[in-house]
Amino acid sequence: MSAVEAPESISTIEVGTKNASSDIFGSIYSRGMTNKNVKIKDRKLRANIKRSDQKYRDAIRAAKSTELLLQEDAGYLEAEGMEKTYKFTQDEIQKHVDVTTAHKGFQLKLEHFGPYEMDYTRNGRKLLLGGRKGHVAAFDFREGTLDTELHVNETIRDVKYLHNDQYLAVAQKKYVYIYDKSGSEIHCLKKHIEVTNMEFLPYHYLLATVGNAGWLKYQDVSTGDQVCEFRTRMGPATSMTQNPYNAIIHLGHNNGTVSLWAPSTSTALVRILSHKGPVRAIAVDRGGHYMATAGADCQLKIWDVRMYKEVHAYYTPTPPSALDISDRGLLAVSWGPHVTIWKSALQTKQKSPYMTHLSPGSIVNDVRFCPFDDVLGFGHDEGFTSLIVPGAGEPNFDALEVNPYETLQQRREAEVHGLINKLKPEMIALDPNFIGNIDPRAPDERKQALVLETTEETDKKTSEADAKLQPKAKMRGKNSALRRYLRKKSKNVIDDRKLRVQAALEKEKQMRQNNLKRRKGFPVSERKLGPALARFGK
Amino acid sequence: MKVKTLSRSSDVYLPARNSEVSRLPRNLDPELHPFERAREYTRALNATKLERLFAAPFVGQLGNGHIDGVYCLAKNTRQLNLAASGSGDGVIKYWDLSSRDEIASFTAHRGIVKGLAVTVEGNLLSCGMDNTVKLWDITKKDQSDSPAKTFLGSSGFTGIDHHRSNPVFVTSSNAVQLWDENRSKPTANLSWGADNVNTVKFNQTEQSIIASAGSDRSIVIHDMRSNAPVQKLVTLMRTNAMCWNPIEAFNFAAANEDHKIYLYDMRNLTRSLNVYKDHVSAVMDVDFSPTGQELVTGSYDRTIRIYRVNEGHSRDIYHTKRMQRIFCVRFTMDTQYIMSGSDDGNVRLWRANAAARSNIKSARERSKLEYDAALKERYKNMPEIRRISRHRHLPKPIKVASETKKIELASIKRKEDNMRRRSKKGTMPYPREREKQIIGVAIKQAENKD
Repeated sequence: MSAVEAPESISTIEVGTKNASSDIFGSIYSRGMTNKNVKIKDRKLRANIKRSDQKYRDAIRAAKSTELLLQEDAGYLEAEGMEKTYKFTQDEIQKHVDVTTAHKGFQLKLEHFGPYEMDYTRNGRKLLLGGRKGHVAAFDFREGTLDTELHVNETIRDVKYLHNDQYLAVAQKKYVYIYDKSGSEIHCLKKHIEVTNMEFLPYHYLLATVGNAGWLKYQDVSTGDQVCEFRTRMGPATSMTQNPYNAIIHLGHNNGTVSLWAPSTSTALVRILSHKGPVRAIAVDRGGHYMATAGADCQLKIWDVRMYKEVHAYYTPTPPSALDISDRGLLAVSWGPHVTIWKSALQTKQKSPYMTHLSPGSIVNDVRFCPFDDVLGFGHDEGFTSLIVPGAGEPNFDALEVNPYETLQQRREAEVHGLINKLKPEMIALDPNFIGNIDPRAPDERKQALVLETTEETDKKTSEADAKLQPKAKMRGKNSALRRYLRKKSKNVIDDRKLRVQAALEKEKQMRQNNLKRRKGFPVSERKLGPALARFGK
Repeated sequence: MKVKTLSRSSDVYLPARNSEVSRLPRNLDPELHPFERAREYTRALNATKLERLFAAPFVGQLGNGHIDGVYCLAKNTRQLNLAASGSGDGVIKYWDLSSRDEIASFTAHRGIVKGLAVTVEGNLLSCGMDNTVKLWDITKKDQSDSPAKTFLGSSGFTGIDHHRSNPVFVTSSNAVQLWDENRSKPTANLSWGADNVNTVKFNQTEQSIIASAGSDRSIVIHDMRSNAPVQKLVTLMRTNAMCWNPIEAFNFAAANEDHKIYLYDMRNLTRSLNVYKDHVSAVMDVDFSPTGQELVTGSYDRTIRIYRVNEGHSRDIYHTKRMQRIFCVRFTMDTQYIMSGSDDGNVRLWRANAAARSNIKSARERSKLEYDAALKERYKNMPEIRRISRHRHLPKPIKVASETKKIELASIKRKEDNMRRRSKKGTMPYPREREKQIIGVAIKQAENKD
């Protein structure tokens, strides 16, 4: 009997059996494998590929088996019998959870300083609030410890944490300011004018801002230089988000288009016409598969962002103000005083939402899920509210990537490692894994492109320099620019440019002689003969 | 209703005391690790740059060197620390490699010491142009220039090598002769042809095979069991040195005067297995690494190059202003160091991997170095990484010589291609690079055993 049971237990762990191997390549851990149908003639190459395929298989199997070590389970909220999950209020949920989690759902009444923008740090430990009338507060909402609270006495349009809780970026009335954790102003980014939205790309250390003038500017916060700036030519952007999978910036515009931008190209990579009115909010899921856009036409559309196709359409009763997608694919949309959360709404069309919340009397401004936790925070007219949303956060974090429980040492080491391994802006593309891929063009096509590139560059340079060395008919003395150039260059070196200058000098001489002839009244034969007939000309 | 939320307890994730290491849970979900390729590429680039930054291959010279140039080296294959070098004034010095100090120094021969070999017990055999082979016992306290044994020959000896396990050694002079340590006359004459033989090497793995290289541009393979030569290979230019591959017993590398090193399979001498180019002057010595994966060569152009066996160009080059023509190189038996003896009288110790250090590394450091090595291997074809990892500073004469050589070879190739274009198709076949240098192979017929 034990002999029958033992194979079953092995297959459930999926180690080493033939059935498991066919599942393995569909698993999340598999990378691109070699196409088995391609016949390779070279023996050594075939053996090498076979060996590396075997290594791939072993790696996938090993990665899958580490799933055993994941400690936490995701949260859930299930309705029993006739109940609906969207009927449950926060008060009821608070009664059913433990004390620590209950404390995460709270309300901050901050009526004086206007609607609040908010941001969480990358590891979900700290919260940054920015009120429109100039109030900035950064604090740890679990411990209740305040990092800094300051009043900038200016309009604040957006706030953002940089790579960790040490630096805050605040988009104030005219410029963007960067503050320290203790609230002291470190930088004033004078190039970023009237910024309405900001996004921070954590692996590239780039702060992307878009302003009222419609310029998208990328700033490297580690070296301090501006990488590039682009005119969107579509007016001010109404919404902005980043795609965490490939670091592409998504901008929503007043004419209903969503444009995708990368620092490498000065025009948008892709433009998607998504709504009939301004695009009020955009959100992209963590894996870079789905994009949710919400427009002033009360439509909420789900797009497959890799194929640029609309997959689902939902609607909001009134025009929505903000969108966010959590780690585990929960979609939160805020409209008026309401916040609605949809579960699994990206893959399949849902009939009813997962949870709803009404904050009476205050219009919700900004909605964000807390990373790695079952918490949703939203900033509104009268302050900030935090909701408990079971099943929103990623239960198992990777401590070497983003660690919510990092010590001082670990935070410092992580910063240093992040800076050493900072990615270059040229690596941002629609497909983030294009690096190391073979150029599929034919070799002569590639060489031609390279030659064109280099000759274009050299042509540009030489044409700029040669503008001074054109033959001029009026020159009579010895100080023509062409003669000066030839005098300066060494006599025994012959190069392309020198030959051209010598030809130009000849032409200049000819022009002078023609002018002289014309003045003296002699006929000037300026008939041009082709190269074959040139010997008959004289 | 059923509710469950994420509630992580800090005592699981945070260490109880400051001195404890905190827990690092991992999740290999690729969604948590974006930009795989970009991050790996950046790490590979950083690793390549660091490798070039830390590349300091020169360790030091052994003692104060010799007075005259060093023309031969011998390493003890059974004990890591010991090596001997012989110089042009007949002095042999015995070295302790870990302290780089001299253990013993004595005048061995009148005239140049041509060859050195280490016996099974660890004694030293030296041969010189004064027609003698001398056996030295290094363990004796006072040297006083007296060898334990002297073997007299009929003419000056040019090379010597000892058998792996038997008390037998072979010498080369105007003939290849087998000797027994206990007999004063050679036991067998294994010559083929009447010309000068320059080097002779015993195969340490296939223990009865001997390879010899002569002035008539030939390489002869002899077998001790039949006391006769077996095969002869004649090439375009003379072979200066040879070394058998310790792992693949049938392969040997031959350092040639035509600036190249050839890898031959003794079973099929009609073509070489690989050609190693890059030197700009005659290659004087070649030695295999104990792993059989790399070989080190020293050349008359004052540089040492390290090659991987399956590639055709060097992976690294070592040179110093003070190091003149190199006549002998050896890999140490732990594969980590290279010894070179050169014309300026110094024996230098170099690292085999320029950026490696020999300290004891923690597990974390070791795994980081292995990860870096794997990354560099994976992204080695990317243009930036390739450029940085290949970049070496070459001394000006070498750079000029290699560029001139390149231009000359290109012009020869162009002229050949033009001739080929103008001639009838098939009348000018492309010469095989691995067979170009081979003039002919001869196999000795077994004599009648009547």
